[in-house]
Amino acid sequence: METLDATFSALADPTRRAILARLAQGETTVLELAKPFAMSQPAVSRHLKVLEAAGLIERRIEGTKRPCRLAKSGVAAADRWLEMLRGALEQNYQRLDTVLAEMKPETKQEEKP
Amino acid sequence: MSMTLKTEGDLHIVVTRRFAASPEMVYRAHMEPELIKRWLLGPEGWTMPVCINEARPGGKVRYEWAHPKRGGFYIAGQILEVEPFHRIVHVERMFLPDPTPENHVVTEFTPDGDGTLMTMRMTLPDAETRKQMLASGMEKGMEASYVRLDTLVAAGEIATASA
Repeated sequence: METLDATFSALADPTRRAILARLAQGETTVLELAKPFAMSQPAVSRHLKVLEAAGLIERRIEGTKRPCRLAKSGVAAADRWLEMLRGALEQNYQRLDTVLAEMKPETKQEEKP
Repeated sequence: MSMTLKTEGDLHIVVTRRFAASPEMVYRAHMEPELIKRWLLGPEGWTMPVCINEARPGGKVRYEWAHPKRGGFYIAGQILEVEPFHRIVHVERMFLPDPTPENHVVTEFTPDGDGTLMTMRMTLPDAETRKQMLASGMEKGMEASYVRLDTLVAAGEIATASA
């Protein structure tokens, strides 16, 4: 349960979610990660530490670089969260379903000549 | 009714969804501000105090979202083509407040039995922009339906990787 708490706590931060989204596209380095976020490398590194502790990412050593990637063990939790996102989009369309159901033919009549 | 979302080539993101209503009704729900404001809202708590959609070629589009605690942001763009009740082509940028690269969106409504199949095809200017959108969308744009669409592509990739 502790890991799960750490996972959700890690996911509660929008920058860390953005980092995960980026990593979902493949392994990358701190330098590359820092670019789109207009953040310093130390700031990104701090976020990576939190994500690593939460089991959401793994880092390896490659010369002087430490590329990171999504961790299989954390993917299930990330998946759940991404499902929530998908759900939020679907929420829009379910609201649209309701709007459509309420659009009775009589609302169209005002547009007809 | 299930929604699909996928990437296509290097530049495109395609979303489909079926609705139990005529193409005319689904089209109107995408074009008439009083209808748009009722559903294009994202997560709970967000409202759309400003909704402008001038449904003609060259017409202006502007959607402003607001949240009591999280502030606001907007999308602005222009309608390029309208073909009632079948097709809408428009371009948009999201302002967070800095503008995102232009997203070219073709939305089509085709009869599907007694309902309508909506297909929304987004085209980004280049592969890097799409990639950035997939990532930055999650950072700031969780609030926005369109940006969320982008992030969901990443979700699909994770699901595939873990399967």
